Order: sequence, then C-alpha cells, then structure tokens
Amino acid sequence: MDFYFSALILGLCLSLMALGIFISMKIFRIPDITTDGSYTLGAVVAALCLTKGLPVAATIPIVLLAGAIAGAVTGLVHTRLRIDALLSGILVMTALYSVNLSLLGRSNVPLLNVAHVFNLVQGGITAELVVSLVFSAVALFLIGYVLKTDFGIAMRATGNSTTMSRAAGVHVDRMKIIGLAIANALTALSGFLVCQYQSFTDINMGIGIVIIGLGSVLIGDAVIAWFRISNLWLQLMLVVAGSIIFQMVLAFVLSIGVDPNLLKLATAVFVLLIVALPVIKRRAA
Amino acid sequence: MIRLTNIEKYYNKGMPNEVHALKQLSLDIADKEFVVLIGSNGSGKSTLLNMIAGAELPTEGRIEINGTDVTRLPDYKRSKWIARVFQNPLSGTAPELTILDNFRLAALRTQSKKLSIGISDRFRSEVKERISHLGMGLENKLNQQMGTLSGGQRQALTLVMSIMDDVQVLLLDEPTAALDPRSAQTILQAADNIIKEYNLTGVLVTHNMKDAHQYGTRLIQMAEGNIIRDISTTEKSKLAVTDIFGWFS
Repeated sequence: MDFYFSALILGLCLSLMALGIFISMKIFRIPDITTDGSYTLGAVVAALCLTKGLPVAATIPIVLLAGAIAGAVTGLVHTRLRIDALLSGILVMTALYSVNLSLLGRSNVPLLNVAHVFNLVQGGITAELVVSLVFSAVALFLIGYVLKTDFGIAMRATGNSTTMSRAAGVHVDRMKIIGLAIANALTALSGFLVCQYQSFTDINMGIGIVIIGLGSVLIGDAVIAWFRISNLWLQLMLVVAGSIIFQMVLAFVLSIGVDPNLLKLATAVFVLLIVALPVIKRRAA
Repeated sequence: MIRLTNIEKYYNKGMPNEVHALKQLSLDIADKEFVVLIGSNGSGKSTLLNMIAGAELPTEGRIEINGTDVTRLPDYKRSKWIARVFQNPLSGTAPELTILDNFRLAALRTQSKKLSIGISDRFRSEVKERISHLGMGLENKLNQQMGTLSGGQRQALTLVMSIMDDVQVLLLDEPTAALDPRSAQTILQAADNIIKEYNLTGVLVTHNMKDAHQYGTRLIQMAEGNIIRDISTTEKSKLAVTDIFGWFS
C-alpha cells in the first residue's frame, strides 16, 4: 500500500510539471522539450542551495527563476530567431545538460542529511503527502487565477488565433516567451520537489520526463474531450489527476513484476495508448 | 487620417520568384471616408490593406495614421487605432475561447492586458446588450465557445467586437467572401452602419462589384501594384454597376 502512496506523492510532485506542459502544449501549442533540462535544472539548483544550507523558502524563488530563464531562452530562440519550437526546445535542453553538470560538479548529489521540504515537518508519509498536496494546490490555484485574468485571456488567445490576438494588440512573441518561462519555472519546481522526495539529485533524472508530463496532460485531455469540459478549473484539476494516474499506472506496472529497466518503454507504450485510443475507437466505430 | 507615401513592397527581393507587389503607391484617406478597394487577384489590394494594418511592413515609403509615423510599427501596436475583420471568419476570433472571453480581449484592444480579472457582471451585461442588437439570439450564449458558431455569426460578432474599445479605422478584408449571399448582405450592412454611427474611417476590399457600387464614399481600383482609378463620392453616385464591371473587361 505504501508503494501506491509514494506513487501518489510523486504524482503530486510531478503535477507541477504537468501544469507547465498544459501551458506550453495546450495553451500555446508548443511541444516544449526544454522540460527535460529545466526539470533537472530545478533539482540541481535545489541541491546546490540546500547543501549550502540555504533555507527552503529562499531556495524556491531561485529554482523558479532558473526554470523561467531556461524557458525564456527557448522562447527567445523560437520567436526572435524564427527557429521551430521543437528544435528550440531540443537545443536548450541539450545545452542545459552541460549547464547542469557543471553547476552540480558531479553526476549525483545525495540530499539525505540536509534540511528540505519533506523533512521540515514531522509525521512521515502523511506529512509528505500534505507537503506535495500544498505545492500542487497552490500551483493549480495560481495558474488558474492567471488564466482567468485579462492577461490570461490574451495568453489563451495567443495559442488559439494568432491573427486575432495581434489585431487585439497582443504582443504574441512576448506572450510566448512569458508562457514558456512560466511553464519551465513550474517544471523546475517539480524537479526541486522530486529530488528532495527521493533524497538525491541525479544529472540524468530529467531524461524522458517530458513524456510523463505530456502523458499526464493527455490523460486529462481525454477526460476533458469525453465530457466536453470547458471549465478551466476542472481542466487544471484533471491535469493534476492525470499526473497522479500516470504514476499509479507505473507503480502498478512495477508491482506486477516488470523489469525496472523497461520502465521507460512501459511509459512510452502507455502514452502511445492514450494518444492512439481515440483513433482506434474511431476506426472500430 | 491615413497617409501612404511612395510605398514600395517587394516579396523575395533579388530572388527568381521576386514579386513587386506595390509600386510607388501613394494614397491619402481622409477622416470618416469609407474607401472600397477593388482589383483583380494579385493587383495588390490585400497587400495595401496589410500595409495599413501593419501585418506587413513596406520595403520603402512612409505610412502615417492620424499624423503619427507608423511605418515601422507592427500590427499589434497599431491596434490602438485600427480594428480588423478578416476574410476567414476563423481569423477574427479565437475559436476555443468563449464569446465572453473574445469580447473581453476585444475590449482591451487599445489597452494593456493586466493581471486582474476583468470580466465582471457589468461587463457581461454590457456585452449582452451589444450582442442583442444583432438580433441573432447570441446574447444568451456568452459562455459558448466561439468555434461552435457559424461563419456569419462569427463575422457579425467580430464587427461588434471592433467597437468594444476606442477605434478610428475599420479594415475589412473581403469579410463576406466565405459567407452565403444573405449573411454577406447582413454583415456589410452592419459594417456600413457601424462606420457611419461611430464616425469611423473604413477600408473595404471586395471582389463583389454590386457591393463596391452600393457601399463606400470612395472607390479605388488597383492593378499591378498601383491605383488606376480613384472615384470620389459625387462621381461614384453617377456610376452604374455595369460601369464597374466594364473596367475589368
């Protein structure tokens, strides 16, 4: 049972990244591969700050800023140099690998003996659940609020109809840069949470993480399309739920004895299934 | 109101597929004038409209709006004067946003989009009241996605959206090309009313000679990147539709 409990906590930690992917993919229609790099960046920055004895409260804004800069660079490359969004993300992600490695100094840093979010409060696994829940809820509320504001409407319109947005006086390029910055700040915060939850930062922890984010959004999206949900709050909650479901499925896959080395394969197949299901269903009908 | 001086526009300059779209074009559009632009495909009328809107920038020349030099100003910065209705009904609205969200954005065309919630009950009832004038029954569908509406409905709403915020110039790029004849008439009539009622300067690009005859205070024919006919109000009133057809034979 503890096994699924940790999957739930991990799902909540990763839900921040899923919310970030929701912004880049659903709002701006940009498949943002920077995620792999900015997730690790968040964990690397967290490890550096926390091992230097910086309090958690001071570490969070640094992590957010680091992620935001990574996203903004992708946005700048994409909009200013007119390079395809996918390629821009890949470029920045690749560059971030070296940045992360030189920041961290080595490939793995344990966080067992430092004060961090999950050992600040006593109470074992329940406390961990509460901490991750708080982070997820606050992120959900903030994103939901921003999207409801006038600025948020302009953000949503940017990804939906460029011509309309420009005609309405929206600086579309700047909007995309801001959007990617927000998305990657959230992703970095996910990395920050996960490295503390698993008690180490690893330089390779971000490899393929974007697939988990995409999968979470797609799970949420399937339900959104199914029930034609237009309420924004509900949509965001479904993205968080998608992240949890994703981790539950992976936990289940491991529990039935699948080789952990095949976990990435299982992840890819699971995402493929979610994407392909509507098509298969349509063919069958 | 709008002054274009010696506008040159090239596409792919210096390449084998170079297009010289506008050639030393100069045009003065007075305040409250309603200009109708006609011309065959490739004559440069859409390019000219894009020059005014700022969607494309000229290779050479100078563009002024209301005395301000806007030559290098992109479209999203010219929105403080200009509202636009596009040929494609999908372009003028955001399909996945609700009618209300679309109107909120339109109401901020000349202003900055702030991090505060702007859709209030007051705003909602204002939109409702404006939309009800269309007589399409859309005032009760404010939370419906724009994409669920027909092309005619969306063009009509785009027109109403243009007057949600301060506006001086209304650009209409073949707004009825994708519509059935009846919707087309409704839309053009509505546009004409708005231009008159709000004292706007209007520019309409059209391929429909009847519309060119019926609407506007000035008629301009373009060919090969320049103006070949410029008909003022008094002369225009003497024209018959057949005369205009004759220009193209």
